[in-house]
Amino acid sequence: MQLYTRRRLSNYVVVALSLGATAFGLLFLAFVLGTLLKYGVGALNLTLFTQTTPPPGSSGGLINAIFGSLVMTVIATLVGTPTGILAGTFLAEYAHNSRLGEVVRFINDILLSAPSIIIGLFVYTILVVPMGHFSAWAGAVALAIIMIPVIVRTTEDMLSLVPTTLREAAAALGAPKWKIVVTVTYRSAVQGMLTGVLLAVARISGETAPLLFTALNNQFFSTDLNAPMANLPAVIFQFAMSPYADWQALAWAGALLITATILVLNIGARMFASWSGLQK
Amino acid sequence: MSASVTMLSPMPRAETAPTVPAAENAVPVKVQINDVGFFYGKFRALKGVTLPLHDRRVTAFIGPSGCGKSTLLRILNRIYELYPNQTATGEVVVDGENILSPGLDLNLVRSKIGMVFQKPTPFPMSIHDNIAFGIKLYERLPKSELDDRIESALRRAALWDEVKDKLRQSGLGLSGGQQQRLCIARAIAVEPEILLLDEPASALDPISTQRIEELIAELKSDYCIAIVTHNMQQAARSSDFTAFMYLGELIEFDVTERIFTAPRVKRTEDYITGRFG
Repeated sequence: MQLYTRRRLSNYVVVALSLGATAFGLLFLAFVLGTLLKYGVGALNLTLFTQTTPPPGSSGGLINAIFGSLVMTVIATLVGTPTGILAGTFLAEYAHNSRLGEVVRFINDILLSAPSIIIGLFVYTILVVPMGHFSAWAGAVALAIIMIPVIVRTTEDMLSLVPTTLREAAAALGAPKWKIVVTVTYRSAVQGMLTGVLLAVARISGETAPLLFTALNNQFFSTDLNAPMANLPAVIFQFAMSPYADWQALAWAGALLITATILVLNIGARMFASWSGLQK
Repeated sequence: MSASVTMLSPMPRAETAPTVPAAENAVPVKVQINDVGFFYGKFRALKGVTLPLHDRRVTAFIGPSGCGKSTLLRILNRIYELYPNQTATGEVVVDGENILSPGLDLNLVRSKIGMVFQKPTPFPMSIHDNIAFGIKLYERLPKSELDDRIESALRRAALWDEVKDKLRQSGLGLSGGQQQRLCIARAIAVEPEILLLDEPASALDPISTQRIEELIAELKSDYCIAIVTHNMQQAARSSDFTAFMYLGELIEFDVTERIFTAPRVKRTEDYITGRFG
């Protein structure tokens, strides 16, 4: 009986501690979101989407930054998704137990946790310096490099969840390996893989450090991928640090926009996962 | 026993010759397994297994867990080669050709030898596509012909009536027993010559099991069938020949009736009567 009482007590203590820790974490998240909403909502208006970033003291919007972020994220996704999925497929299907697979997996894990500023500096050295100027291309490449390890990891994890009996069944029909991977394994894992891609997109859409070294920023609307391009994170960085009230308001609006986008992507990823889960 | 199953089967069949045990040895051999051994890494899982698989007959493999019966089945279509560190020795001669020789086109070998696994393995696609998958690998058929092939495979697997109105629905939505029959239909749709069944009914309820057994009796008029089973009644009911294996060795191989009524080896008798261990 005494033992039981002690167990109940320790149960209460651990539950209380867990709740406390959760509340502590959520408090700061709510604080951040609350502040963002408080200052960001007031700064939201239609000119954000119609005018470019203004010089200090005049009114303007964020269209050049929104467009730049969108373009670089899309290019990065177009580069990063196939690369990441193919590399993840290699790890899960072809190099599962091999030495090479272990090495690649290890390097990918390091890349996954590499500080993004390092990746920015890396792309600066291999692209910006030889080209002689900052460019949207360099920004997209930096974002793609951040994206790839995330997709490699989720792809490999999702493919590893597919039961081996399914692969055996396809092989027993005489299907060649590539056919098994494309038609059977991918089909079983597609929802998890797409969720991984969406989360990776969410991850890169808020990255600032790699863009500061690569795409830099641009005060004007530019569609030239060979020139510096505006983007939301860099504009937020520049405007939030400035002493001008209207720039600061724009920074709040931009921050709210990015957060809302990431929220929508995350919710979308989850909804997609559970929706296609139900289809089974 | 096996003979009576054949005779009682309600479906019409071409084969009319009574399959009395005495005549069994005259049946042509489809697969000759010669001195086959197998290694998982350094562990020797099979040694010196030699036996024939007769055409248009069912050969059952029985024995306690880990005796190597599933391993032997996995050698017959070289499915073990999906994994590194697994090696087979000896030879498996199918129609005069050793399918273990390295030069052969593995996928072509497998397309001639169908396999059904313990757990149903429908692919995550429609019932129609599940069956079309195997056919499309080696044949390019016009749509009407493909549909005919799919229908006849489903009919042969006794599944057509249950799924004919939902061919476009996912194969994952079927019950376990239906899924297993779908897998059998998928295997026979590619028109193999040999069917390997690895405990095909062990994950199913008694009614589904009975349907699978009826199916085996029905299919054996066209195929050489090898079945691994833990269920001794199943082996006795549905097979013509039985091989008893123990610790990686073939202990006894004979006509099923003789194995179950008058085994020559003591260990076989012990296993069959449940006195094993």
